[in-house]
Amino acid sequence: MNDTTLKGKAHVYGDNIDTDAIIPGKYTKTMELQTFADHVLEDLDPAFKTKVRAGDILVAGDNFGCGSSREQAPLALKVAGVSAVVARYFARIFFRNAVNIGLPALEIREHDIAPDDELEIDLKSGTVKNLTRNVQYLASPMPQTMIEILIEGGLVNYLKRYGDYHL
Amino acid sequence: MGQTIVEKIISCHSGKKVYQNDLVVAEVDAAMASDTTAPLAIQAFKSMGGKRVWDPKRCILIIDHAAPAPNERIANLHLMMREFAREQKCIFFEAGIGICHQLMIEKNIVRPGQIITGADSHSTCYGAVGALGTGVGSTDLAAVFLTGKIWLKVPQTIKIEIQGPIPVGIQSKDLMLNVLRETGIAGATYQSMELCGSAISHLSLAGRTTMANMMIEAGAKTGFVHPDNLDLPYAFTPVLPDPDAVYQREITLDASAMQPMVSKPHSPDNVVPVMELEGRKVDYAFIGTCVNGRLEDLHVAARILKGTRVHPDTRLVIGPASRQVFLDGVNDGTVEILTSAGATFIPPGCGPCVGTHSGVPGNNEVVISAGNRNFKGRMGNPNARIYLASPATVAASAREGRIANPLKYFQS
Repeated sequence: MNDTTLKGKAHVYGDNIDTDAIIPGKYTKTMELQTFADHVLEDLDPAFKTKVRAGDILVAGDNFGCGSSREQAPLALKVAGVSAVVARYFARIFFRNAVNIGLPALEIREHDIAPDDELEIDLKSGTVKNLTRNVQYLASPMPQTMIEILIEGGLVNYLKRYGDYHL
Repeated sequence: MGQTIVEKIISCHSGKKVYQNDLVVAEVDAAMASDTTAPLAIQAFKSMGGKRVWDPKRCILIIDHAAPAPNERIANLHLMMREFAREQKCIFFEAGIGICHQLMIEKNIVRPGQIITGADSHSTCYGAVGALGTGVGSTDLAAVFLTGKIWLKVPQTIKIEIQGPIPVGIQSKDLMLNVLRETGIAGATYQSMELCGSAISHLSLAGRTTMANMMIEAGAKTGFVHPDNLDLPYAFTPVLPDPDAVYQREITLDASAMQPMVSKPHSPDNVVPVMELEGRKVDYAFIGTCVNGRLEDLHVAARILKGTRVHPDTRLVIGPASRQVFLDGVNDGTVEILTSAGATFIPPGCGPCVGTHSGVPGNNEVVISAGNRNFKGRMGNPNARIYLASPATVAASAREGRIANPLKYFQS
């Protein structure tokens, strides 16, 4: 990942957004990744897929991505153009999956991000600047392995490069 | 310093004594993927430069989430799995043999003390036999296929003790829904769970699997049912926590006061006693899945439906967890009792629970399901309302056409 700064508009949702809400199970069985984006968040906010712009940032509360292990959930967000996900905290499988496919996922315990706020994320320092409100939040530190996977742009590239895990 | 079960198992697989919050690379004993997760995993494996899987006898592919294939798109994904399994000589279970977690336990692939990565969130199931089962996504699974390893942070553990005799008619599902009411949907996120106590020690392997299955519904990374009285068809060394193991939290529940419980839409932790919901009209009742599709679940349904009929305004669909479960149910007459009562048997698989096929509800329909998730849209229609309950409560509700307390059917 060469560019470590991301800038985009916030789309804000609540707590416990489950993977069925992110991408219903009935759409997960395909290799056409665009299908996931075509149905992303459709039972939660049917307008999301038309209003999301490349680079936008999805912001949520507690336990984002709970439920299924489907990697189609972070893929749906990524293919739809979302550049990063910010939550108070993530369900663990979603968190791993997001990082594994190279979608930055930042845990910010306290924030007051509102819809349409302009955000700027510096992945190196783990800071999120809210340009609209002129405040800054610091993400919880990620395990070192996850940082390295993210730097490579995901687990596929990480293993292509290293061939094995290293701590 | 004493260790919890998860700390012991990860220590054995990482070559050093580890405790909560340590970061490790652990050796994996087996890795499993289903038709929801395997196609992306196969693609990721190839993209990683993978030529041969690390150990074909430890790589398992199972077709269960849309089995048999409901359309050509999925049929072609199944082809991709068959081809990969053949070329890599992996263990492969064809559509119709059973649900992945049931087969992993029923076929004795999972053993106590092992680490199993399953590309399905309900891999916590393996804690029923004392294995560390943890759910991963497709790319993580591909990495295990390639390296035989996974990186993990050693989780903290929540200990849940359930004491006392289990009242007649109360099912393991009711116990687990009581646990979820206590923890909430995120109460065990990033953590391991240990279930113990005199109530637990009386559960069958099926009942223990039901409980371990739904640990993920509290967000758990993995979990274990203590092996007291655990009956397995092979000799094994049980993994027990040290007496001075350090727990993040300890919860004690009293089984003797428990009622049949129901999770209301749209979250598995939205749990109330069935009494609060009795009388609500039910359109569709479903028994099956990796949480409650085993023989003892069919037995309890047959007890309630024997010699009677499913209510004319309700339909009952049953999906056995495996072909073996179905066959056992055929041989002991359970399938005949249930079929005569008006139940429709579908092939072993996940279809209705994940909304792919074989029983999708219509708009505004009320479903009572013995499954494990009732998120909006879970069964394939966001306009349906799904209630989760034990197979006893589902069977009683199918009989009465309304959400019903099953305890009256256990009074003789």
